[in-house]
Amino acid sequence: MKNKTYQTFDEAVVDIPDGSVFMSAGFGGVGVPRNILAAVGRQGAKNLTGISNNGGTLDAKVDVGTLIAAGQVKKMYCAFTAATHPSQVTPFVRMYNNNEIDAEVIPQGTLAERIRAAAAGIGAFYTPTTVGTELAVGKEQREINGRRYVLEYPLHADYAFIRAWKADTFGNLVFRLTQRNFNPVMAMAARITIVEVENDIVPVGELDPDHVHVPGVYVDRLVRIPPDGIWD
Amino acid sequence: MPEKPRLERQPMCDRLAMEFQDGWIVNLGVGMPTLCSNYVEPHKSLVFHSENGAIGYGPLAPPEKADRHLVNAGGQQVTALPGLAIVHHADSFALIRKGMVDVTVMGAYEVAENGDFANWRIPTRKGGGIGGAMDLAACAKRVFITLEHTTKEGGPRLLKRCTLPITAPGVVKLVVTDLGLFEVTPEGFKLREHAPGWTPAEIQACTEARLIIADDLREFRFRARA
Repeated sequence: MKNKTYQTFDEAVVDIPDGSVFMSAGFGGVGVPRNILAAVGRQGAKNLTGISNNGGTLDAKVDVGTLIAAGQVKKMYCAFTAATHPSQVTPFVRMYNNNEIDAEVIPQGTLAERIRAAAAGIGAFYTPTTVGTELAVGKEQREINGRRYVLEYPLHADYAFIRAWKADTFGNLVFRLTQRNFNPVMAMAARITIVEVENDIVPVGELDPDHVHVPGVYVDRLVRIPPDGIWD
Repeated sequence: MPEKPRLERQPMCDRLAMEFQDGWIVNLGVGMPTLCSNYVEPHKSLVFHSENGAIGYGPLAPPEKADRHLVNAGGQQVTALPGLAIVHHADSFALIRKGMVDVTVMGAYEVAENGDFANWRIPTRKGGGIGGAMDLAACAKRVFITLEHTTKEGGPRLLKRCTLPITAPGVVKLVVTDLGLFEVTPEGFKLREHAPGWTPAEIQACTEARLIIADDLREFRFRARA
């Protein structure tokens, strides 16, 4: 089976062209592909479109907000485009307020399902979320068995940036606890999936098939996080 | 307006938690609602669900028990209880949309007597912060709201109709404020319990919506009866 291991993060992201659409996983600071994002920052691709739960946080850690602050991202699809508290204005929110970046705010469950739809070959789906709110205005709606639903479309991407707990050289992935979050659906949705791994990448056959969360067929590139990499 | 003591946040959240029933799946919003998990009644077994796919997590983790891979919806490190299960984000919201969450507790800027509430966007500011609130509000079996009764400027938050863009229409069942406990009925807000020292007339004076006074109106309950 193909060995998808790369020696460095820089090698794994070197060919990402300007204008690419990327998905970046992580939630609550856990399962964030910080090493890949740092490498994309060094690589310098521009005019990117990002799909992620949020546009970064206020802490000094590398996240999607690092690429945004560097001016590499032209549009975000995410569940937060405003500060949750006046004291929490991130670089992303400041740039959005100044019209320096475009953004679409999406309810988190609809965001996850739009990514899953891309991963599952679904053309569109009806969800009850946003019915009766301004976010449903202008969208196709339908009553099914007495309940109203809003039509939502898949979110596709060129690249998924993923952080896993364990992997084998073919790219079978295992996540630990809430590190899982958006990682599996994003890993399965994108055209090219790049993964940073917290443990040694093991030979094929060593992971229990019943414990694999993402089959290696979805995964293209793997990098083991080095001891001097970004861990938290 | 009388300068009397109002209820603190922890007793407000304790009061909502008293309504949780044995076996319920409970989703607590970020911020004040998290305090509901501090109120424990040993005879009730609750399953705490968070948007990031933890089903059956426990209290906030003290530093020595913190696990860097286990956080709640607010990114706070929590403990694993026996029976904890993990799903990915899309499955976590599948559980929400199926209607399996028995109660979601959220904060809000405004609640209206028709059960609408608003907590995601202020039109004078660009953008919004939805997180999982719209999915939970549209699909949970019950929506409980915790908020301060009045704005910093003293304006009402319990309204006839929301002035801000709503999160979901007609879903709120129960509201706790620092002045009392309110049930949302087809006729409007019913004041069930009042903060100590506050009369219904004083509470009405801070409220835009017309309050219905419960026949069995009582003082705010701080603990469930043993």
